[in-house]
Amino acid sequence: MTALLPLIGAILLATLPKGAELRAKQLAFGATLVTAASAIAMAVQFQRDNTDLQFVEVRSWIPSFGINYAVGIDGIALVLILMSVILAPIVILAGWNEAQGGRWSVKTFYILILVLETMMIGVFSATDVFLFYVIFEAMLVPVYFLIGGYGTGERSAAAVKFLLYSLFGGLLMLASIIALYVMSGDQGGHTFDLAKLANLEMSSTTQNFLFLGFFIAFAIKAPLWPFHTWLPDAAQSATPGTSVLLLGVLDKVGTFGMIRYCLTLFPEASKTFTPVIIVLAVISIIYGAILAIGQKDLKRLIAFTSISHFGFITMGIFAMTSQSQSGATLYMFNHGFSTAALFIVGGWMIARRGSSTIADFGGLQRVTPVMAWCFFLAGMSSLALPGLSSFVSEFLVLVGTYTRYPVAAIIATVGIILAALYILIPVQRALHGPTTPGNENLADLNLREKFAIAPVLAAIIALGFYPAPLLNVINPAAVHVNSQLGFTDPVPTVEGK
Amino acid sequence: MNSANYLYLSALLFTIGAVGVVIRRNAIVVFMCVELMLNAANLSFVTFSRINGNLDGQIVAFFTMVVAACEVVVGLAIIVTIYRSRRSASVDDANLLKR
Amino acid sequence: MTSNLIVYLIAIPLLSSAVLLLSGRKANKWGHLLGTLASASSFGVGAYLFTQMLAQPTEERAMTQKLFSWINVGSFNVDASLLLDQLSICFVLLITGVGTLIHIYSISYMSHDLDRRRFFAYLNLFIAAMLLLVLGDSYLNLYVGWEGVGLASYLLIGFWNQKPTYATAAKKAFVMNRVGDLGLSLAIMIAFASMGTVSFAGIEEAAPKASTTTLTAIGIMLLIAAAGKSAQFPLQAWLGDAMAGPTPVSALIHAATMVTAGVYLITRSNFIFDAAPTAQLLVVIVGAITLLFGAIVGTAKDDIKKALAASTMSQIGYMILAAGLGPVGYAFAIMHLLTHGFFKAGMFLGAGSVMHGMNDEVNMRKYGALRKFMPITFITFGLGYLAIIGVPPFAGFYSKDMIIETALNAGGIKGILLGSAALFGAGLTAFYMTRVMILTFTGTKRWDDEAHPHESPILMWLPMAILAIGSVLSGFLFTRGDALVHWLEPVVAPHEHGEHSELLPPIVVSGLALTIVLIGISIAVMMYVRRPVADVAPENVSALTKIVRQDLLQDVANEAIFMRPGQALTKSLVTIDEKVIDGAVHGVGAMAIGSGSELRKTQTGYVRSYSALILVGAAAIVLGIWVITQ
Repeated sequence: MTALLPLIGAILLATLPKGAELRAKQLAFGATLVTAASAIAMAVQFQRDNTDLQFVEVRSWIPSFGINYAVGIDGIALVLILMSVILAPIVILAGWNEAQGGRWSVKTFYILILVLETMMIGVFSATDVFLFYVIFEAMLVPVYFLIGGYGTGERSAAAVKFLLYSLFGGLLMLASIIALYVMSGDQGGHTFDLAKLANLEMSSTTQNFLFLGFFIAFAIKAPLWPFHTWLPDAAQSATPGTSVLLLGVLDKVGTFGMIRYCLTLFPEASKTFTPVIIVLAVISIIYGAILAIGQKDLKRLIAFTSISHFGFITMGIFAMTSQSQSGATLYMFNHGFSTAALFIVGGWMIARRGSSTIADFGGLQRVTPVMAWCFFLAGMSSLALPGLSSFVSEFLVLVGTYTRYPVAAIIATVGIILAALYILIPVQRALHGPTTPGNENLADLNLREKFAIAPVLAAIIALGFYPAPLLNVINPAAVHVNSQLGFTDPVPTVEGK
Repeated sequence: MNSANYLYLSALLFTIGAVGVVIRRNAIVVFMCVELMLNAANLSFVTFSRINGNLDGQIVAFFTMVVAACEVVVGLAIIVTIYRSRRSASVDDANLLKR
Repeated sequence: MTSNLIVYLIAIPLLSSAVLLLSGRKANKWGHLLGTLASASSFGVGAYLFTQMLAQPTEERAMTQKLFSWINVGSFNVDASLLLDQLSICFVLLITGVGTLIHIYSISYMSHDLDRRRFFAYLNLFIAAMLLLVLGDSYLNLYVGWEGVGLASYLLIGFWNQKPTYATAAKKAFVMNRVGDLGLSLAIMIAFASMGTVSFAGIEEAAPKASTTTLTAIGIMLLIAAAGKSAQFPLQAWLGDAMAGPTPVSALIHAATMVTAGVYLITRSNFIFDAAPTAQLLVVIVGAITLLFGAIVGTAKDDIKKALAASTMSQIGYMILAAGLGPVGYAFAIMHLLTHGFFKAGMFLGAGSVMHGMNDEVNMRKYGALRKFMPITFITFGLGYLAIIGVPPFAGFYSKDMIIETALNAGGIKGILLGSAALFGAGLTAFYMTRVMILTFTGTKRWDDEAHPHESPILMWLPMAILAIGSVLSGFLFTRGDALVHWLEPVVAPHEHGEHSELLPPIVVSGLALTIVLIGISIAVMMYVRRPVADVAPENVSALTKIVRQDLLQDVANEAIFMRPGQALTKSLVTIDEKVIDGAVHGVGAMAIGSGSELRKTQTGYVRSYSALILVGAAAIVLGIWVITQ
């Protein structure tokens, strides 16, 4: 399967001689491109009206414990895999030189990226709970080294913080998984198979505890307030490319896990905890936005906007209407792209200026118009301007949530005003106004950079006008998730046309 | 003679050895105290062997002697090395494990 | 009826905008021409569609075009489809017509600006977004245009954003507009949750079955949206600052078209407001407050553009007031909107022409006696002036008189209050507009020697002249045989005649209005003709004047109520996040490290203490076993 392609790339990379940096970059870029092409080919074959898992593949891995290498994808997973494999080559192309100055060689950087990509595909497609857990935890390793080895500032501290946070969540999840395994033994044979575990009988107390084990792990990953404090530090210290993969893809594992594991394995507990989670999500939306307004560092600001966005996604997942559920998955995809655009362009700005403090910029629109425009467009996408992709998803989440939890939706909608503030304040400080001293000679985007950012921005605009290709894939899966839980959409009080 | 008296002697020897290990500084003396404790244990084994009427305890005592002999070899070697490097056989001077 | 042409109205300027933005400096030579051509072609398409509509019988005039299925999730189905009916065609012609004139004007006005191409790109973007706003057939499509014009407005206000105050003005406009957008979002959500649809047709059909509470909630949310976009109380503060944009922008966006979107929204949603009296009452209250607010602020402005902006706010107050009066008022609101589009755009262009001749000076106290130097500007501006104060037979007379009359006849104490507000507003309008005229064109010259006032080139005065003709004739044309009222009837549900009693006969109302206008003019003449005008604003004025000069403390209030608490909240939350939440996390870490370093002290490195510990431990275990087994 596609998952192995980047791994092969990584192995090839490892065989390269020490000095061949350019070759390493080219090889890594090529490997990610091939992976992307293969994933797109897979997407074309995907039967979108079929709600069963597709491209299923089961191989025995550790038979004595009933552990299999079992993969398969539905519409939600497909969309997220597509997002990951498309972002990977863009990240490499955009951050062509960001591995320089790291603690280890350039080659190692790309090996780590490729290994990470393999795991990203694996984590979205795993259908064996144990396999999922292993990849979920193993992903920490490349990210830890990417932050700690190639980042800036207090990179080691940030990497350790990230690792400890994630490990803590992972351990809770492991405890829950072991409990599930043991219970499955009492009920017809030990297994880690997701579909079989979903049918386990358990008391509501057990279900609640196990749900929390999974949920906290995912809430840390996502990240949801109040488990968010690792993200700004990690994003601030990581290279822009790593940040894109971290916020754009890796954090989606959290929200994806909520759909795939929390909702599927513990339907009753999910319903029990929904009010609490909706409250946490709404707090995340508002809290992340207010904190983003208060940030002085560009990278931290983007990280906090993501916390706000993840609040929207979580709210959409747990509101459990077809609009909110589809909207949440679409939001994950769109957030991947808009955050990627912000981090990539922001990263270029920071690399050129040599500082990530917003106050150090100013008047960039005069000096580097193309770069300023790209940043502006990315920002507009982040504040969900209608006509851009993120609007569709944000509005779907809001409208879907409103039909079931109107108060939460109303409070969350206030987030759109705050979004205008947290984007326009840095836009004004960095792009507008007189050119601050030291910025007069910054270079505008070169051809490589234009090529890297163009597909992202094009996708943001195109999917804003025509989201149907994605929605058609997501909808059946999202409806399937809700119907498994026995949720149907609230019916309008008045039957309109 | 009452077998229990052997056990009392063994306990006494062991206590003397233990106290010696704790309070003495000279590595050689500490070392000899450890031997004393081992032999106290041996005495107990042999006594129990006699009380119970089987040879298990005596076999274990032989084992202990072999182990003690090995220990003497290694331990003395360490002590001699420490003495060579810092001109002292005091165990308190060999506190590199601290921190 | 369907038509495949409607999409070209939007597509042409949008495409042109994209070309101009993407092609970079290469397009500097022809960018402005392409932009103007795009706008003109769009007008051509609009005019053609208008003739097609005229050829149809009344009930078949509305045209639709479905482009594609936009968002389709569960029961939430929104098509990207366009609706061109009697209401939207009025706007289409206004937007593309006035828009094209302003494009032409800008060719000359912006000719010295290095970024003229970018300016035209933004203008085209605005035209496209505004057309989408009025052509969308559902609230969600409208929403896209709604924020699109907000974006274009943001870009254009901040066109000279190297000046920090201008950039701030742009941001302020966007954020306050977003508050309005919040209302629109919520209105759509409520509509979908209660009626299962967001299209105009669907909601119109479902509205009679919906509860009054729901409709009132939707109505109030739509009012918030309208207030944000149309600079109505309490979201009015951004409009004055928005004058930071180039003058053609103020003419097109902040006078003729975008700021009237709120009136469009309320008129379009007539089926909601007609069934929600409470919301309607709020609409007229907002309209009445704003028309007085804007007029009062206008009396103290020395900046010619800000005076005109205040006037715009006040005139839109009239429109909102009319729209809030229900079926009797919608057509008059639209009529005033159209006539206002002519005369206010013309006056803004006139103001631009004056600034063009005066080294971009905007302070009217530095003008004076420009009549002799800029005759064409004086005449066109003067015609707009006569129109806005409502002198017959100029356009404003017809439209404003109708609104005053309708307001007076609204019935009971409400009618008297609204009517008086509208009448008083008319007097204030006469006062501040006369003031503008006197300060700018008559009296003695007060400018410095550097200024060399001169008439503007033909590309600038031609659009002004055309708009002046519009401000003379449009009112007469619209009212002849109630042409506009009948034209709009299929959209805004015709009102039954004779259901209301007339408080005063129309002729008396007109007489009353004219008298009040005359009083306003006379006071202005007494204050600014009889007495010499100081070229700096006098400081020793009453407290009231000082407050009016500060826009009735609108910014002070916003700062005190929203900005400062908001900033304080942000700051404290940042601290809390660092100290409390992250602090807790770090606390756990510190605790682990701390306990570790405490425990480390037991590791002394002394063999004897270790052995003592072993001994004690062994003894403890033995003792423990002994105790347990006993």
